[in-house]
Amino acid sequence: MSSQADILGRIREALTARAPAPGHHGETAPAPAAGSFRQWLPPVGESFEDRQRLFAQNAAMLKAVFKTVPNPEAAAAEIRQLVTAHQWKKMATHTSPLTDAVCGNLGVDWLRTDQPYETAELEKCSASVTACEALVAQTGSVLVTSRSCGGRAISILPPHHIVVAAKDQLLPDLAAAFELMRRKYKDDYPSTISFITGPSRTGDIERILVLGAHGPKELTILLIA
Amino acid sequence: MSEYSQQFKASATRLTADLDHRQWISKALRGYETKRDEFKGRFQSWEEARQAAAAVKYEVINHLDRYLAEFVAKLEARGAVVHWASDAREAREHILRIARENQARFIIKSKSMTSEEIHLNDALQKAGFEVFESDLGEYIVQLRDEPPYHIVFPAMHLKRGEISQVFQQKLGAEPVTDPEALTMIARRIMRQKFCQADMGISGVNFGVAETGMISITENEGNARLTTSLPRIHVALMGIEKLVRSMDDLALFLPMLATAGAGQNLTGYNTLYGGPRLKGESDGPTQFHLVLLDNGRTRILADAEQRDLLHCIRCGACLNVCPIFRNIGGHSYGTTYQGPIGSVITPHLRGLQDWKHLSFSSSLCGACSQACPVRIDLAHHLLHNRRNAIREKPPALEKLAFRFFSLMMRHPGLYRFGMFMGKLLQPLHPIVKGSALDPAKAWTKTRETPKFAQTSFRDWWKNRPQNRPT
Repeated sequence: MSSQADILGRIREALTARAPAPGHHGETAPAPAAGSFRQWLPPVGESFEDRQRLFAQNAAMLKAVFKTVPNPEAAAAEIRQLVTAHQWKKMATHTSPLTDAVCGNLGVDWLRTDQPYETAELEKCSASVTACEALVAQTGSVLVTSRSCGGRAISILPPHHIVVAAKDQLLPDLAAAFELMRRKYKDDYPSTISFITGPSRTGDIERILVLGAHGPKELTILLIA
Repeated sequence: MSEYSQQFKASATRLTADLDHRQWISKALRGYETKRDEFKGRFQSWEEARQAAAAVKYEVINHLDRYLAEFVAKLEARGAVVHWASDAREAREHILRIARENQARFIIKSKSMTSEEIHLNDALQKAGFEVFESDLGEYIVQLRDEPPYHIVFPAMHLKRGEISQVFQQKLGAEPVTDPEALTMIARRIMRQKFCQADMGISGVNFGVAETGMISITENEGNARLTTSLPRIHVALMGIEKLVRSMDDLALFLPMLATAGAGQNLTGYNTLYGGPRLKGESDGPTQFHLVLLDNGRTRILADAEQRDLLHCIRCGACLNVCPIFRNIGGHSYGTTYQGPIGSVITPHLRGLQDWKHLSFSSSLCGACSQACPVRIDLAHHLLHNRRNAIREKPPALEKLAFRFFSLMMRHPGLYRFGMFMGKLLQPLHPIVKGSALDPAKAWTKTRETPKFAQTSFRDWWKNRPQNRPT
């Protein structure tokens, strides 16, 4: 406890002297309200189509696969194709209206991660199918949380992550995603809130892009619209 | 001259002459610049975003006590255990104690410069724990027993051949050099470690005061695994890393990605608000946060340089610095390299021992321009110089200027000086660049300017139209 008191004491003493205003030449500007950031960040269109186009561009740049499908059956067909092509035997998912609608009758062994499970079992899964909280057009990100998307590890441990999203989940930007979190969870946030932007990547060797450094090598996003 | 200063000079001299190394670093950083400019260009106004980011950090740092209290209270309410550490030793002790009390054996780490600052790996290994860096670049330099070369790109100085070699020697890996194959070797090994590890240690990019969460930014997913699989998560955070609210992250996350690595957004940006909560199926059962001062309140007390605490450790100032590009990251001998390292290390580890870094700059100002939170680094280098001289005036320099001033005030003395200079200069080549040379520091790599054969005074006097008739 004493270090806490010491550190806070030193902070309070230090702050008795006033610092010059931020910026290079002493311009004064009060800290802007968080809502005002949008005007400086990369622009996002107004309509659903604008956002969808922007998300698709970002996903392509990030080397994620992004497909818009008309209904859950079509999403299920996309997943079935992947299962057949890769001959997946074991996959992970969790219970949610969207995942339940697309994960039936695939002939694979399912691990459900919304109940306590063995890490070793999840490690054996070739792919995972999860819901998401939102898609973010501005950045091409998928927002997942530990409460609504099958826990912490399901979106990072298996080598292929498939995300299913509904039309109204496509949000313009990060600010809108945080707004959603606040509205949805009030003060009872999940322990993990993660923006996934493309498959796992590294450039640590000669700045050459390699996918699947530690997390999924592939990210497939299916938007049902 | 301090021992650090001597090491710095020796290393800087060696690497500046290493053209291959310089070209390698410049090439990598040119690639970064291209990407950075592309994504900066997507902002509607990068400059206004910078000013806003600076203003947000100003607000937080100048009310740090309030924001810290709010942050800690929120975290503790959600089951996190918060530990305060005045210095590096205390932070290490906290972490060692957590590891011992929980009988941890294998510890997996995601990238954290703050853990480098407190030399955590050494301490853990000496205490008998096995520690693995999971970030690919960090893992490579850990295997080479080297400090990170750059705060964001730890292994940027290495070529694929060197990485292949260390993988062969230390891991018995097959002799492949393809970056993809090398990455997959590390992935396979790390997967085992992740599944074995009982404790995960991470850094923190931002602390969110409003909601009591930490935010971690990464590309590889190793931090996600570090904070998902082991049963204990320990996060180490400098007390200055706060923002006001989640909404501030809507500004800071894209700016960090763009300034730091030339990306739209980094691969994974994750907020953690405690251990596994009721109703969640996985994640650590314990979440500890170690809050580190270690000299930060000293910077806070220096009102003129307080904005150094605005730094978000993006590395943009290193990337554009001509000094960094020429002397390389290891020459600094510090945890934080480049302009930000030159400016803060004297605060963290002593001004007189580390002032040489503030003098080793061309003051070109590229760092001030690059900083996404508008820290005026070039001027802070000057502040450090002034403070160092004020604290300990250099006797020889003072004497030299006193003599110069005397000469300038006495024309006779000045003429005598010029006459002697002209007379003695032809003898200079005999001692040029050697220990006997009074101007050695200059002449080692340069020619001395020649004294004019005719001084202006003589020329003026002998000009025909000026001759008395």
